[in-house]
Formats: sequence, C-alpha cells, structure tokens
Amino acid sequence: MLVKGKKPLFQNFYFFETLTGMIITLKEFFLGKTVTISYPEERRQYSDRFRGQHYIKATNGVENCTACMLCPTVCPSECIHIEAGERNDKEKYPKTFEIDILRCCFCGMCEEACPKDAIKLSTITEMSASYRAVYDRDFLAEQRGNK
Amino acid sequence: MTALEWYVTAAKIVLVIGLLLSVAPVMNWVERRGAALIQNRLGPNRIGPWGMFQIIPDGIKFMFKEDPIPKHVNGFYYFIAPIIVLIPACMTFAVIPFGDPITIMGQVFKMQTADLNVGFLYIFAMASLGVYGLIIGGWASNNKFALLGSMRSSSQMISYELSLGLSVIGMVMVFSTIELGPMVQRQAETLWQIGPLAIPKWGIFVQPLGCLIFIIVSFAEANRLPFDLPEGEPEIVGFHVEYGSMKFATFMMGEYMNMAVGSGLIATLYFGGYQLLPGFGLLLDSLQLSPTGYMWAKLALQNVSLGVKVGLFMWLFVWVRWTVPRFRYDQLMDLGWKMLLPLSLFNIFITAVMIYLGWV
Repeated sequence: MLVKGKKPLFQNFYFFETLTGMIITLKEFFLGKTVTISYPEERRQYSDRFRGQHYIKATNGVENCTACMLCPTVCPSECIHIEAGERNDKEKYPKTFEIDILRCCFCGMCEEACPKDAIKLSTITEMSASYRAVYDRDFLAEQRGNK
Repeated sequence: MTALEWYVTAAKIVLVIGLLLSVAPVMNWVERRGAALIQNRLGPNRIGPWGMFQIIPDGIKFMFKEDPIPKHVNGFYYFIAPIIVLIPACMTFAVIPFGDPITIMGQVFKMQTADLNVGFLYIFAMASLGVYGLIIGGWASNNKFALLGSMRSSSQMISYELSLGLSVIGMVMVFSTIELGPMVQRQAETLWQIGPLAIPKWGIFVQPLGCLIFIIVSFAEANRLPFDLPEGEPEIVGFHVEYGSMKFATFMMGEYMNMAVGSGLIATLYFGGYQLLPGFGLLLDSLQLSPTGYMWAKLALQNVSLGVKVGLFMWLFVWVRWTVPRFRYDQLMDLGWKMLLPLSLFNIFITAVMIYLGWV
C-alpha cells in the first residue's frame, strides 16, 4: 500500500529530486575517487598481525615443534593432525604434521597455544587450490614469514 | 526507380541498420563503464583501451556457451520472441531524417530511409509492436513469473503510450504536420532574436512540458530503469527468466536499440533533429566551399549534429538508470495515469490557447 506522507509539493513532484540526484551521480562520475584495487597489479596492505597461511618455525634448521599436542587440542575446527616420534637425541618431534586447510578457520588459537613458538600464521593470503589441500610437514617447514 | 535511386536507398538502409546494430555493443560498454564510474568502481578495463573491446569476448562467450532450451517451453514462439523484439526497433529508426535533402546528378534525395506521410502514426504503431516480443517471450516460456513479467510490460506500455501520443500532439499543433522531415525543417526557424543570439524554434523551446513528458515516457517505452518493471532483474523476476546465451543477448540488444530509437525521437522532435549544433553554422561558412562541397560538408555536419544529440540522450538514459531506483508498480501506474496523462492533456490545452492567441 502506498503510505501517503505529508510532504511539500516540491518533493512530491519528484522531478526536482531526480535532478538533484542526477547532479550527485554526475559529480561522482567526474570527481569520484575510485575505490577499486586492480588486484594482480595493486594489492591491499594488510596488517602484520594478519593470520594467513601456516608454517612451523625452525631454529638452526630444526623445527621448534615438540609434538606436545596442544594445538590439535585447542583447535576449534579439529584440522591439525600430529603423530609424534622420537629423534636420536631422545627429543620428541612430529613425524607427521598435517593441517586440513579447508577446515581451518584461521582463528590463530594454535599459534597462541604453542609453548615453543613453533606453529605460526604468516601474512600470506593467496592459497587457493584446485584440490582438497592438506598441508604436510615438508610444506609447513618452509619458512614463509618472520613472526 | 532508376539505378541511382536503388543505390542510394540501399546505402541508406545499410547505414541505418549498421549504425543501429553497432549501437548495442558501444552502449553496453558505455553503460558498464559509466555505471562503474558513478559507483566509484572501475568497470571493464582489461581488453582494449579503457576496456572498450570487452564486448568481443563477451559476444564470443554468448555464441559458444551451452544454450539449453527448457522442456516446458513452446519451441517456436520461444525462438522467435527475441527476433520480434529486435525488428520493430530497427524499423522505427527508418523514418528519422538525418540530413537535408541532397541533389545528386539533378535528382533530389531525402536523407530519410522511408519518407512516410503518416509520420508519427508509424512510429507509435512500431513502438507498440515492440511489446509483442516481450509478451510472446513470457507466454512461450510457460513460466508463471515470466508471464507476470510480460503482463506488467503490456499494461505499462498501454498506460504510457497514451501519454506518449498526447505529448506529441502539442508538436503537431505547433508545426501543423505529422511528418518528421518537414517538422525538423521547420525547427530551423528562429523563435526569438536576443541580440546576436538566435534561439531556434526547437521543440523544447516551444513545448517544454511536452518535451519533459516525452522524455519520461520514452524511458518507460524502452523499459529502462526507473520503469524497468518487465524485467526487474534483481528482485522481481522478468519475462526473460527462461532465456539464456545469445537469445538473452538479443533481448538486451533490443533494449539498447529501443534506447537508440527513443533518443533519436527525442532529438528529432524536441532538439532540432539534424539541425546544426550551435557553432557548426559558423564553421560551415568559414570553410569557403564550392556549392557541391558545401552540400556534402553540410550533410556531414548535420549527421554529426544528430549523432551528438542522440549520443547525449543515450547517455541520459544510462545516467538516469544509475541515479533513480525502480518504481513500485502502483507508483508506476499512479505516475502514468494521475500525473503524465493529465499533464499531457494540460499541455494540449495550453498549446491550443497559445495558438489561438497567436503566440506560437
């Protein structure tokens, strides 16, 4: 139903209101600042604290992870799968460390829970894949951030 | 008809049809780019300068993509509906004059594809035929939403055609002709002389109210945005819901061609048609040409003038589309029957009074 409000005739006529709107759009056409980012050429600057693709931090070429199982415990989407093993120097280490990246919600809880500063979320955002990607230990061992 | 007449007629037909068909891709680019800039976006900008050739890959995609025909449609009418939309749009442009008559080898040729003595009546007839394609498309789709969309289009067409016809009657009264050629010629007369500035007798100066009504109604006739109830892409489903690929593109082409026809009519009736734009007359006189050269140069400048006027109104169509939101259906009917119809009748009354008093 058309609700009839008490508007002045000037507004009710609609024509002048349309003209005002057209002046606004023309102003945007000539003077408006384009907000589009032309993606492959220009990129948005994200914060350094952005939570992106994972990696396991290494010290002197050995990953920090001791397979304490805190991150799979805290992970809300249960996407981290670790099998622990033992090194020759009796140090515990992850034999397999897999992240099902499709399930990951990038909450960063694993990063917070980690006592050894091992699992980290880098600032990388481009990680699309045409298959169901599961990040394995070799992939995660690449140092792709400086956190 | 002599051989020369055949050649000239064929050339005129090719020119008009070719221009009309090339309007759709150009306007597609103008619309997308204009919309983007109005909305602070970039729009297509990858292919060609400023994305100008974006339509070529789009056209290739339209041609080669899968074209499923739903099982429940009526095949024949489903197939011809887009063509029926396209043809009246092409035909209407035939009566729009695009230059003064020229003389080749002692013969006078009118720069108008078809010089019909019924003038406007032909235009109105063709404009009404355009809606048949929409109705056939909606009916043949065998889909209740498509049918409702085409019903909306037909009732909209009936409501607005009335004001369209009545708004032009004022022009007929002032210029005492229903043919477009003589009407454009008479618009070259001077209405007022203010110092060195001569205000020509263009329709907008003689009939400002009629011009406004005609422009508003042309938007409704071309199914463009404040009145695009028949399709209503985002929320109300329109008549072409069952159409895909090139058939849908043909509907879009029909829309752009209707836009071109609407702009051509606005320019011809109310903005002096092919009469030279301000400044072109001085340019023509300063060239110092022989009589034949003068004739051809004048024809070229007249074509450019008409092109510029039509282009400006096409841009107006795009501009309004991205400014004004769509009307609700009852608002559309209110505007048509309670505003535009009385206003156009009032316009006829005012014109009659002015003619009686001898002001026009």
